[in-house]
Amino acid sequence: MTTAEILEREQLISGSEAIAVACSLADVDVITAYPIRPYDTVMQFVSKLVADGELDCEFIVAESEHSQFEIVKHASSVGARVFCGSSGVGWFYAFEAITVTAGLRLPVVAMVGNRALDDPGAFGVEHNDALAVRDLGWMLNWVSTAQEALDTALMAWRIAEDPRVFLPCAISADGSFLTHSQVLVKVPDRSLVQKFLPPYNRGNLVLHPDNPITIAPQVNEDWLMEIRKQTDEAMRRAKGVIEEVYQEFKGVFGRGSPSPFYEEYMTEDAEIVFVGMGTLSMPVRVAVRRMREQGVKVGFVRIKWFRPFATQEIREMLSRFKGIGVIDRDYSYGSPSYGGVLFNELRSVLYPLAKRPLVLSFIAGLGGREIRAQNVFEMTDIVRKALETGKVEQENYWIGVRG
Amino acid sequence: MGKVAVEVVYRGIFQKNLARNICRGIVLAARKEGKIGISFGRYGDSPERNGIPAKQFAVVADSQEELEENLAMYEADNVDVTVAVDDTLCKGVESWGWYGLQPINALTRENGILLVTSMQGRGDLIQDTHQKDVPYKIGVVKGTVSFSGLWVYKDDHTDVRILGALCKVCPGLVSIEKMEEAIREQWKDELKVQSAHKSYERMETRVVEPGEGNTETPFRFDLPGWTQMEEGIVVRGIAQGKGFREGDGGYEPKRNPYFKKYSTRSMRPVVDFDTCIKCTLCWLQCPDTCFDVTPDGLYDANMQACCGCGVCEAVCPVADCITMVNEAEFTDNAGQWEMWQKDKDGYKKWMTELIQKQKAQDRSHGFHHVGQYKEEIAQMEDK
Repeated sequence: MTTAEILEREQLISGSEAIAVACSLADVDVITAYPIRPYDTVMQFVSKLVADGELDCEFIVAESEHSQFEIVKHASSVGARVFCGSSGVGWFYAFEAITVTAGLRLPVVAMVGNRALDDPGAFGVEHNDALAVRDLGWMLNWVSTAQEALDTALMAWRIAEDPRVFLPCAISADGSFLTHSQVLVKVPDRSLVQKFLPPYNRGNLVLHPDNPITIAPQVNEDWLMEIRKQTDEAMRRAKGVIEEVYQEFKGVFGRGSPSPFYEEYMTEDAEIVFVGMGTLSMPVRVAVRRMREQGVKVGFVRIKWFRPFATQEIREMLSRFKGIGVIDRDYSYGSPSYGGVLFNELRSVLYPLAKRPLVLSFIAGLGGREIRAQNVFEMTDIVRKALETGKVEQENYWIGVRG
Repeated sequence: MGKVAVEVVYRGIFQKNLARNICRGIVLAARKEGKIGISFGRYGDSPERNGIPAKQFAVVADSQEELEENLAMYEADNVDVTVAVDDTLCKGVESWGWYGLQPINALTRENGILLVTSMQGRGDLIQDTHQKDVPYKIGVVKGTVSFSGLWVYKDDHTDVRILGALCKVCPGLVSIEKMEEAIREQWKDELKVQSAHKSYERMETRVVEPGEGNTETPFRFDLPGWTQMEEGIVVRGIAQGKGFREGDGGYEPKRNPYFKKYSTRSMRPVVDFDTCIKCTLCWLQCPDTCFDVTPDGLYDANMQACCGCGVCEAVCPVADCITMVNEAEFTDNAGQWEMWQKDKDGYKKWMTELIQKQKAQDRSHGFHHVGQYKEEIAQMEDK
């Protein structure tokens, strides 16, 4: 057994609770809360940790999501390690604060408990809430297990607070399937976390009387483009930092997949792969396993980091396959081919290839609707037919929707 | 004709409507000759702030294509005519829309015209105006500066007098006949038509030779690239200052060398150091921290930092100890305390003359003392 294994303890917790535990391990200074399902499950556990004396932080229950994000933004500017989050339209209500957080290059770590956007009011998972920040300078990833949620949270502070990056990071966790199911999670020892995660140091950008600066000025057109370019460069650098941090995480805790950016399942010799994000990996992997038993050369790829997007690596990896079915748990009304957001990103990634795989778009599991193995068989048939004829007759399908 | 561009440099709030009326007048008159035009304010300016230099443009062309080049620009590369509707703008202007001190004639093209409203002669104005490498012409529309509020408009015919003068100095823009027609149609006021015509007839210009004028190099600020800028939209604070003129006694705050704002000023405070009781009120109340503390504990208004708001004059408890005087009376930003130190009698004489001259004329804006507004209203009611 490694030292990490000897020191770690096992706990039965949900994905949300795993992130709350990460807050305690990371010794977060300021946490803000405002209730909305499914995100509130994190805050319930955080408040318990505070009450139990396991987490020493300023725990502020704000009067809205907007205030919640404003508070952590300001706390981050004075050098505090922070955490907050929201879900669905709550996340949208905080949007003004969310955009300026990225603009000011503040390493706020947030959790988005993915939830359908109103109307109609719905609790179930859709990825559109978190995806709304994809163009704004927020790093954005999807986790699929409680263990991954805890590990990714610890890495998120390390990456976001790296002076080469200084960008906020959103960890997306599917409502219900991840936020509300308790599983056995390996919780690392605090001493190892301290070794892995140094205190946040904002250096000479810290807002403090001893370091007189002003931030967030008004500018004209002759300044803004340079500021945007700085954020663009930070996002480019973030990709390298993510790779470094994953490597180091593996070294300290002995866990981690070969690539920080994606995870492959039964893709060796596969002709068809499905690509998706979050917990839809669970039913898809089961379906893939069953089809494999019958000799179907099918596999699954889960994209973990949506921003920054690992263009080169994902292009190379996907170039091995003949047919790709992208399963989006989101919608983008009126988009190219009426495809999902991930579908259009991936099709763009694949475009420079001389020999491009066929790419099909599947919209599935909206509003938390279950994706079942049967749905995956149906999608496989569609991709196989396209491969047989060598062309895509119809680019987009809604799966599991009543006609 | 191709295209003719006119810029009107004006003072925020006080002249926003004036500048707009001039530029609209140009475009509407040119339309009567079948030309097309646009009128627009410089987008980055902040004309809703007292006295801040700002710009309004009018571009007239005979074809849509010629015009369109200017539609996607904030400011033309060069203009045929620069109009300064306040002569103190000839000292150079600094705005939210650009950086450093821009000479008033910076955009005036070779052989173009600088048109100024002023009671000063052309010679005095040339002395204020930064020299150029190429010749241009200067013309004066004689009159005191026209300042209004944002919601009220002082209809003293400055607008049409400039429009009339423009027809003379820039015949390619529009004829005086069409201009008069447009003025009549817009204002329905025959007196305004006559004002424009008289101004047209009286207008004369003279050539300003290359190298003629103010030889001072305007302060400038070169915009940095993204690799040189601080991350996180951070702007460093300016370090604390120390003694007066960096000496041992007194105190002088450090100030931004790139953004001085003094061209906002159309009046400046003149201080009587002999009557000052060192109450500190001017120093405390100045919104721009412009007062330097001298080694003998007096307060010297720093002319690199003063925006001319007049708060010091209003709060000063001693009669005539601080008086706001028309900026046109001065040719430099020299400190008054040093002048007083060198020659106290000479200073007293100079100061007294200035104050008397100022008292004999109307102020362009603001009030000399607290309560003056109420007094004036009462006087008006008596009449």
